Amino acid sequence: MHVVYPVVVSALLFSIGVYGVLARRNAILVLMSVELMLNAVNLNLVAFDVWLRDRLHGGQVLTLFVIVIAAAEIGLGLAIVLAVYRNRQSIDVDRLRDLSETGASGEAGPPEEPVGVGEDADREARP
Amino acid sequence: MTFEAPGFWPPSGPEVVFLLLGLVAVGSALLVVTTRQLVHAALWLVLCFGALAGGYLVLTAEFVAWVQVLIYVGAIVVLLLFGIMLTRAPIGRSADLDSGNRWAAVLVALATAGVLVSVVVAGFGTAYAPLEPGQGAAKPLGSSIFRTWVLPFEALSVLLLAALIGAIVLSRTDIRGRE
Repeated sequence: MHVVYPVVVSALLFSIGVYGVLARRNAILVLMSVELMLNAVNLNLVAFDVWLRDRLHGGQVLTLFVIVIAAAEIGLGLAIVLAVYRNRQSIDVDRLRDLSETGASGEAGPPEEPVGVGEDADREARP
Repeated sequence: MTFEAPGFWPPSGPEVVFLLLGLVAVGSALLVVTTRQLVHAALWLVLCFGALAGGYLVLTAEFVAWVQVLIYVGAIVVLLLFGIMLTRAPIGRSADLDSGNRWAAVLVALATAGVLVSVVVAGFGTAYAPLEPGQGAAKPLGSSIFRTWVLPFEALSVLLLAALIGAIVLSRTDIRGRE
């Protein structure tokens, strides 16, 4: 097996993941694209482990660790996304601009009803 | 390890299988990031992960392949589908899944792909890895995890516990911050 094949496949998968993270608006789709990038890294690790014939199997063991960390990350990420959805009724990442410095709701297009409700709920929750 | 590397043509049997699986993986990954339906994105993700698991099998990493099927296809995609349902996503087509910076994203992704592919082709164009079955079976991998890598393994289990508790605290609504 030429090492080029798996490595090129993983480079293409990584760039597809980069596109997804940058272009998608829904937070769950962004998480899916992050998973694509992690898988690209895993393929790279396995290919180089097979190529270098590591006696300690460092590449494959690190692949298993990356899979476990991806599971932890997706669990926490979805919990955060659900908390955001509970407060804001929306998980579009480009509409969540409360932390931006210049006119938060002015740039975000026409203010929608759910967003206003979410802001009210947030204001009430604040001490 | 660049000894007597055979030429690129004709490709050997495992290479043909791996290239077909890689084609499936890249194609379904493209559909994940371009489809207009949320649920379909998750299902294309299943196909992508499955094809990658097949690729691991061809690369003689059998244990990693089965862990990939169990955790990615079995757990993570199901979790993503739960997330899609709990956020009451529309089932049919939705028009606004892409944000405004789509063309900038296309540009960045193409630049990333160009840089990465040219670098790896220039760097590893002649590298050849002869495949030996049994290198990535459960026995050698398990003995290496529990001998050499046992400390990161234990640290990882603590990390998983912390992530579990964090997810519970984040998703319960009756736990409030200190007033």
